[in-house]
Formats: sequence, C-alpha cells, structure tokens
Amino acid sequence: MAAPGNQPRTPTDPTEWVDRYGDTLYRFAVSRLRNRDSAEEVVQETFVAALRARDQYCGEGAEGAWLLGICKRKIVDFIRRRNRPDAGIGGELGSDPSKDFFDAKGNWRFDPRILKSRPEDSLEREEFWQAFRGCLKGLPQRQADVFTLRELDEMASHEICKELDISSSNLWVLLHRARLQLMRCMKSHLERWGVL
Amino acid sequence: MLRCREVSRLVSESMEHELPLRQRLGVWMHLAMCRLCAGFARQLRLLRRAAHENPERLIADPAEPEPPLSQEARERIKDALRHGQS
Repeated sequence: MAAPGNQPRTPTDPTEWVDRYGDTLYRFAVSRLRNRDSAEEVVQETFVAALRARDQYCGEGAEGAWLLGICKRKIVDFIRRRNRPDAGIGGELGSDPSKDFFDAKGNWRFDPRILKSRPEDSLEREEFWQAFRGCLKGLPQRQADVFTLRELDEMASHEICKELDISSSNLWVLLHRARLQLMRCMKSHLERWGVL
Repeated sequence: MLRCREVSRLVSESMEHELPLRQRLGVWMHLAMCRLCAGFARQLRLLRRAAHENPERLIADPAEPEPPLSQEARERIKDALRHGQS
C-alpha cells in the first residue's frame, strides 16, 4: 500500500529488520550456501550493507524485496570468495571423475538412465526430489555452487563466469561434472529405495 | 565417430551455448543410435526443468523445514547494526 499523499514513510529501525526479515533471508541463504554459519554471515553482511545504503532506498516497493536483492548480491560475493583458487579447496576443477563413468573406449560403464520410460513422470514423486536434494548437497562445493547459480537462480553462463572469475570452458566442465555425478547419485538412491 | 564420453560432454555443453554445426551433427547422429546417451540427454533437460519449475522443492525438504535464525545470531547481527549506526 502506498502511503497517502506520497509522504515519505518513517524508516524502520534497522534492528527491527532482523526480526522482520531475518528468518526469510537466512533460509534463502541456507538454501543457496548449504551451510548455516555461512548463511548467518551473509545475512549479517546484508543488513549492514542495507544500513549503509539506506539513503538510496527511497521507500518505493517492498522493503523485504529490497533486502532480498542485497542478500542475493552478498550470496554471490560469498560464493566467489569461498571458491577462489586460494580458498584451500583444491584446484579450480578438482579431479576428473570421467573414469568412473566411461571405460577406456569412452563407452558408459553403466546405464545412466534413471527411468527407462517417461523420466518426466518422476517429477511427480517425492523420492525424486529427495534424491535430487540429497545429491546436490553431496556434490563437491564448486560444482554445487555453479549448478545452483545456473539451474536454480537461472543465472546466464557468461554472468557466472564474470561473477566467479572463471573461464567459460571451466564453467562447462564443472557443470558437466555436477550433472554426471547428480545423475549417478540419484540413480543409486532411487535404486536403493526400490523406486526404480 | 563420437564416443559416449564426448557426446555426454557436448550434450551438457549445448545447454550453455550453441555448438558448432559439425559437433551438432555428430551429437545428433550418435543420439539417434545410442539409447543410453539419448536417455542421458533427456534427463539433463529434465533436471533443468525440475530446478526451474520447482526451485522450492529442490532446496527445502517439506518434512523438515530449515529452523529460523538462532537467537544468538539475531543478537549478534543487531549488535553489528547498532555499531554500524553510531
């Protein structure tokens, strides 16, 4: 609701933001970073940055959306920091898992198909989602981070490269490895649960 | 003739940018003959669709919602804001 006569709204006390929007931002950050401590850190950075930028926020549009926008920015910054080559999580691409998937001739070592007929039907099953969630969490951090930005946040490839300062060929390799591992992991979960 | 290893990689890459014509043809010919790779390609598109259409289901377990921000974190952040204000 717009204030009558376009009167400037009384700004919310910043500490009140924490009670009002803290949980939403925190849950959003956990979903992107898969780590509670990191999410708390990012939420704090978000509010501190919002406080500094408060003059630029003219009170148009929802305060919550404004804060979420800042939070998304901070999440990408955090992801960049934690995936830097010097962040202590190994080289840019990690080890090549393709030997696990393909034999010396380059043929599949196993049937990669999760459901042989109409895999689209699996979207209806809770087990599919449970496997997807579990397997995404189990990916090496860099792979999970680029997969999340690409597929969940629908960020364009060139944007991810720019934000994370990686080459496009490295991004493609990371995404491909993430997809291969996800597929194998989901298949083994679903087989174990007797869903297939 | 492209092998499954290359085809799976190219199929994945084709979701990021348009492949050169020659590679496209190679992939297309391989997929027409290889059920495993064709199934893999279909599943890649399925994963993308699933993530785009139902991001909520992918990130949060409906049976186990993420707990809220802890009281300690809440106080710590408020402190940081009070300091930032002064």
